[in-house]
Amino acid sequence: MIDTVFPATIEISKFLLFLSMILVCIRIVRGLHAGDRVVDLDMLCLLGVGVAALAAITSGSMAFIDVVLGIALIGFLATVAFAGFIARGTTQGGGD
Amino acid sequence: MGVTKMLMWLSAFFVLSGSLVTFIAALGVLRLPDFFMRMHAATKAGVVGPSLLLVGAGFYEPSWSTWIKIALAILFLFMTTPIASHLLGKAGFVGGVSVWEGTARNDLENVLPSDVFVETDAPISSEKPAGNMLTCAPTTLPRQ
Repeated sequence: MIDTVFPATIEISKFLLFLSMILVCIRIVRGLHAGDRVVDLDMLCLLGVGVAALAAITSGSMAFIDVVLGIALIGFLATVAFAGFIARGTTQGGGD
Repeated sequence: MGVTKMLMWLSAFFVLSGSLVTFIAALGVLRLPDFFMRMHAATKAGVVGPSLLLVGAGFYEPSWSTWIKIALAILFLFMTTPIASHLLGKAGFVGGVSVWEGTARNDLENVLPSDVFVETDAPISSEKPAGNMLTCAPTTLPRQ
């Protein structure tokens, strides 16, 4: 039974992650503030982590778990850098 | 039922629940009315969903090296995402993001000014200081 359930589960998960990416991209287009877009970028990175985990299952090679570490690191650094950028930008705009 | 089938069932369960939680997080990011609420959705559910997916991948091909890498990845996600969203929330607040009109209380309203960024470190001497941290007042510098 699991031989039929497992591929269907993988397909459903792929579809759900695809749909999540579409929703987050809609939010990026609609985002009101720069901070909103950075939050959505962070969410896209986390979705990339999920997709890499799914790719590790579908391709059968656990090397994709290393990809997860890379994506998580880049997402964290990008979010921190953008947060500092937003805060600094408001400082220099309001200070002068 | 053999051990491998049991592991397949566990993997299917974790993968499905992880993708469901991730989808709920994306739905929250799209639909919630406020910057801070969207950040809350992206942070909490967005960390748990990929972690569950990673655990599902670990049950699919269980081995020591895989489990160690997955544990490292989950630990890293749980450590970094709160820091990132804390910084982002502070940046959004001082950047003048308006809160939802239905918000009951805003504890930071009179504590953190919403138009100036308060430095938590000592200001670098070559840099213009942004504000006085003790009085929360923006420093007025003479024009150069």
